[in-house]
Amino acid sequence: MTATLEKPPVAEAPVKEPRDWRGPALFALVAVIGLVVMPLVLEPFRLGLLAKYLTYAIVALGIGLAWGQGGMLTLGQGVFFGLGGYAMGMHLKLNDAGDGLPDFMVWSGVETLPALWEPFRNPVFAIAMVVVVPGAVAWLLGTLVFRQRVRGAYFAILTQALAAAMVILLVGQQGLTGGTNGLTNFFEFFGRDVAADSTQRGLYFTVAIVLGVLFVGAWQLQRSRFGRLLLAVRDGEDRVRFLGYNPATVKTITFTISAVMAGIAGALFVPVVGIISPALLGVVPSLELVVAVAVGGRFALAGAVLGAVLMGYAKTYFSEELPDAWLYLQGALFILVIGLAPKGIIGFFRRKDVAA
Amino acid sequence: MTALLEVRDVSVVFDGFRALDGVNFTVDHGELRFLIGPNGAGKTTLIDIITGLTKPTTGTVGFDGSVINGKREHQRVRLGIGRTFQTSVVFEELTVLENLDLAASFRRPLVSLLARRKGVTEKVAEALETTGLGELAQKKAGVLSHGQRQWLEIGMLIAQGPRLLLLDEPVAGMSADERARTGELLTEIAKDHTVIVIEHDMDFLRRYASTVTVLHEGKLLIEGSVDEVRADPRVQEVYLGRAREEAAHDVVS
Repeated sequence: MTATLEKPPVAEAPVKEPRDWRGPALFALVAVIGLVVMPLVLEPFRLGLLAKYLTYAIVALGIGLAWGQGGMLTLGQGVFFGLGGYAMGMHLKLNDAGDGLPDFMVWSGVETLPALWEPFRNPVFAIAMVVVVPGAVAWLLGTLVFRQRVRGAYFAILTQALAAAMVILLVGQQGLTGGTNGLTNFFEFFGRDVAADSTQRGLYFTVAIVLGVLFVGAWQLQRSRFGRLLLAVRDGEDRVRFLGYNPATVKTITFTISAVMAGIAGALFVPVVGIISPALLGVVPSLELVVAVAVGGRFALAGAVLGAVLMGYAKTYFSEELPDAWLYLQGALFILVIGLAPKGIIGFFRRKDVAA
Repeated sequence: MTALLEVRDVSVVFDGFRALDGVNFTVDHGELRFLIGPNGAGKTTLIDIITGLTKPTTGTVGFDGSVINGKREHQRVRLGIGRTFQTSVVFEELTVLENLDLAASFRRPLVSLLARRKGVTEKVAEALETTGLGELAQKKAGVLSHGQRQWLEIGMLIAQGPRLLLLDEPVAGMSADERARTGELLTEIAKDHTVIVIEHDMDFLRRYASTVTVLHEGKLLIEGSVDEVRADPRVQEVYLGRAREEAAHDVVS
């Protein structure tokens, strides 16, 4: 606070901008906790849970960007999470099956490998698709929708409908997608036993580092001119047009970035948890993450991440201790936050003088 | 040389209501033009037509020699048409400096926007200087007073570097001091820009206007110098008639 209370002399330096090291310092601290302390303290099972929450945190980061910064309330991030997850799952299934067919196809009476599956044998192709497919779907949707100035609740409903449609599509194509069960029973992950502690440990580090890198990227984006423009679009889309920018482009780019993040999260989720199925990407899980972001604080990227991790822990804790109470508690927490602390948990810690 | 702005035969119909009726309106390079008329005369609609917010039912808008009817709002800004709004809309979560910088950056390629702003560009510094907002550069625009917001809007317009500036009631709701400052700001800007100003305030007009266009009920009533316009019996009727109605209204209520 003290730095900003003193006004700089006007004539000399009217635009002197303070450099703030608290953000990077806090990031470094969290990185040390995440990469050193947690792996030392947590037993493998708990570390695996944290890895799962961190994949959710990656989705949440994207939601924070699209919703918190860009005002696009996306209720269907599960779609992109699923697209990434299935791309990875398909590769792992094919890898496990060797020359044969994935197990569920055999059970469903499929005799030859569907053409859609074939290229996913190639790990590079599969990993590329983790990014390309969610990105392309979001880009297409954004281009169609934002140009027509669909926004607010209409956009939210549209994305939610997309999540519902995705589930129906997956469940309906039993032989192609594994139906309700999804893709599971993975054995090998890039040459390692996926269930081994050492593999899971490595996966934890991978997830944590990917989250860290994406966070820094999103942070940079937020601080850039583009980030300022995104805020402007959120707060006054129509005014932005008269500054010579096309808000539809800004929104499409941001939505695509958030979708790619969700796709990467989905791909990491698969080896960590060992399954991808329609139940993990439908309306409910998509909404849960939006609630988590709101609880953590949607106007700050760190709030989105914090919310996802906290809500993940809360869900596990209450499901273990009070299985019936969790849903109600989650709902109550959401109402409480929206009503009393619209800036979420992180809102209590943030300084007022920093631009959102 | 053709005029900078040529509005030809423009009519706008909203649900059967004729907001503009066959308006011809030409503004030359370097002009400072005032647009007046009673409430509902169609002043803001005319500005909306020029900036692309409203589509004309019939007629064309020409800018710098070509018809721009099909262009969307942001495309028209890129051609060099900038505007402010009656109720100022600045981005409250951004600082004054960021607001101005955003306005100045729209010609940059999108990719370069991914970099952080470093320091203050010349255009932005100039806009800060002209509007006298230098002291407030680091403040969020949300804390500005009404007058300061209007100046910020004008500053953003300057930073855009448009060829044609459209100001919609820039002094509405301002104190006498603020009006005077805005007037100076306007004359300053008008030196090297083409400016159209919507204004109600006759005092303000008398002090700063050169050419005045009067709209009434969607039609162009008269165009000329301040004195010519003031002397015109039709203008007097429009304004005095309105004054009489208002007076009557006051008596009744």
